Amino acid sequence: MSGFMATFGLWLSVFFTLSIFSFLYKDNPFYKLSEQIFVGLSAAYWLVYLYYSVMVPNLFNKLFTDFKGNLILLIPTVLGLMMLLRLIPKTQWLSRYPIAIMIGTSAGINMVRYAKTDLLGQISATMINPFAADNVVTVIGNILLIVGTICGVYFFYFSKKQEGIRAVPSKLGIWFLMISFGASFGYTVMARISLLIGRLEFLLKDWLHIIK
Amino acid sequence: MKKILLVLLMGLLLSFLFAKSSFFWVEDVPWDDGKALIIKANVPADTVYLQKALEDGSWQTLYAGKGINLEYTDSELNPDLEYRYRLLVPRPTFGDSISFKAIAKPIEQWFYLHKLSYLLILLAVSFAIVYYVQKARKGKDYYIRRINGLDSIDESIGRATEKGKPILFVPGIGDLDDIQTISSLTILSHLAHKAAEYDTEIIVPCRFSMVLSASREVVKEAYIKAGKPDAYNQDRIFYLTDDQFGYVAGIDGIMVREQPAANFFLGSFYAESLILAETGFSTGAIQTAGTAQASQLPFFVVSCDYTLIGEELFAASAYLSRDPQQLGSLKGHDFGKLLVILLIVAGVIAEMSNWHWFKAFFEGAQ
Repeated sequence: MSGFMATFGLWLSVFFTLSIFSFLYKDNPFYKLSEQIFVGLSAAYWLVYLYYSVMVPNLFNKLFTDFKGNLILLIPTVLGLMMLLRLIPKTQWLSRYPIAIMIGTSAGINMVRYAKTDLLGQISATMINPFAADNVVTVIGNILLIVGTICGVYFFYFSKKQEGIRAVPSKLGIWFLMISFGASFGYTVMARISLLIGRLEFLLKDWLHIIK
Repeated sequence: MKKILLVLLMGLLLSFLFAKSSFFWVEDVPWDDGKALIIKANVPADTVYLQKALEDGSWQTLYAGKGINLEYTDSELNPDLEYRYRLLVPRPTFGDSISFKAIAKPIEQWFYLHKLSYLLILLAVSFAIVYYVQKARKGKDYYIRRINGLDSIDESIGRATEKGKPILFVPGIGDLDDIQTISSLTILSHLAHKAAEYDTEIIVPCRFSMVLSASREVVKEAYIKAGKPDAYNQDRIFYLTDDQFGYVAGIDGIMVREQPAANFFLGSFYAESLILAETGFSTGAIQTAGTAQASQLPFFVVSCDYTLIGEELFAASAYLSRDPQQLGSLKGHDFGKLLVILLIVAGVIAEMSNWHWFKAFFEGAQ
């Protein structure tokens, strides 16, 4: 029975892989079927997963085992229930409160987090002596790093007209950004090709046994 | 006279008794969260053993090596608990060890001074924002440079209206705790308002329930503001799935079947960015994308008509609304950028002049 299930699973994987690949030609019933099954199945999977990995251990288990010690958990419980009140048209407005709390707290937390990692981290990492390196290539690299960072930040300076001399660092900044995008593009495309190779390997090795 | 001499002698004896050993001592890390101690030793020996007393009475070796200018930070301790340490200096000729002992208690301070630079920068930027917002409230008009990606919104809506086709708005795959999603929703508000004015349908597929609820609220509000509450159709703002690629597969299907005239991909995007943008490109839709995910921007730049790069996404709210208060806030952010440039220049000069304390001041906050 397990052998049959393994073979059935393999053919099912092959069917869905080829159905998804068929989208490269055009939209067709096979792709539609795969897409609907994928969307529906993943939605159901995440519902079950979140229930058992978040709700049960973090809320229900704690409240049922030690209610008095976890009274604080009643706050997110009430906020969650207020979100569910969206289902009733007359009480829909109540869901605005948890949304507002979520947006407010996440904005506050993220401001601190990003200011620390992205802002201060970037500032101190750029504070280097470009001429401290022992070879010319590293010196040039250091100078490019400093100039690129300053011009890149200046490109996002919105409240001044970027004309004449002011336009120079801005134009340099967009050049630096585009060059870095190009490098990032090439790097990511390489990673994606490895995903394609993985899928082709599955078809040619596990299914057709053409390659070993 | 005798009494004075006696007091001086007693004082000398006490100072010997209570003075910290100049060989081995433990200090609380100053201005921290009370979870670390610095153990210092200065013993002219090639091998010393630094040990900490455990609860069961045994000793745990923290360090073994040279004893000159030894400095060891014991972290992840509990504040206000006493910790005992000893330094063993082996004497091979005698077959024993000399033992130095020290006791200390980590104490939590109210302020973590190594984060002072962080506080100063945040205060400077916050004051700048408040100052410019106040000035804007008093009627000061601030200039904001052109952002092509945002100018395209009207063009895209116009095209969708002419063709009689819907607009697709994807608020990214981030949840509502992602600042990019919040920025994306402010653009959605403007877009929905315009769409309501032109009677153009807007489709918003969402990945998370919170984003779905917020999107519905935003679009509903925009339709009410536009004076067309009856035209609001909440079924066109819907949940697809939490799964990243399931969500993308669903959006691809919508793009191919509904053939929207304009696609907007604004928010947080990851590996799915190119799949979305390429499928949208194949349908011939006018596409505007924007994200602060640097690794995904190249894909949007190559496959979309307009791209909002990083900070441009966050400036969108002020740019689109032209609300003086939001423009004042944007001006405050620009002050922050200028401050960053000045600090980098000052830091580079300081490093070249061997004033390393300047960089250390900013590094300490991390």
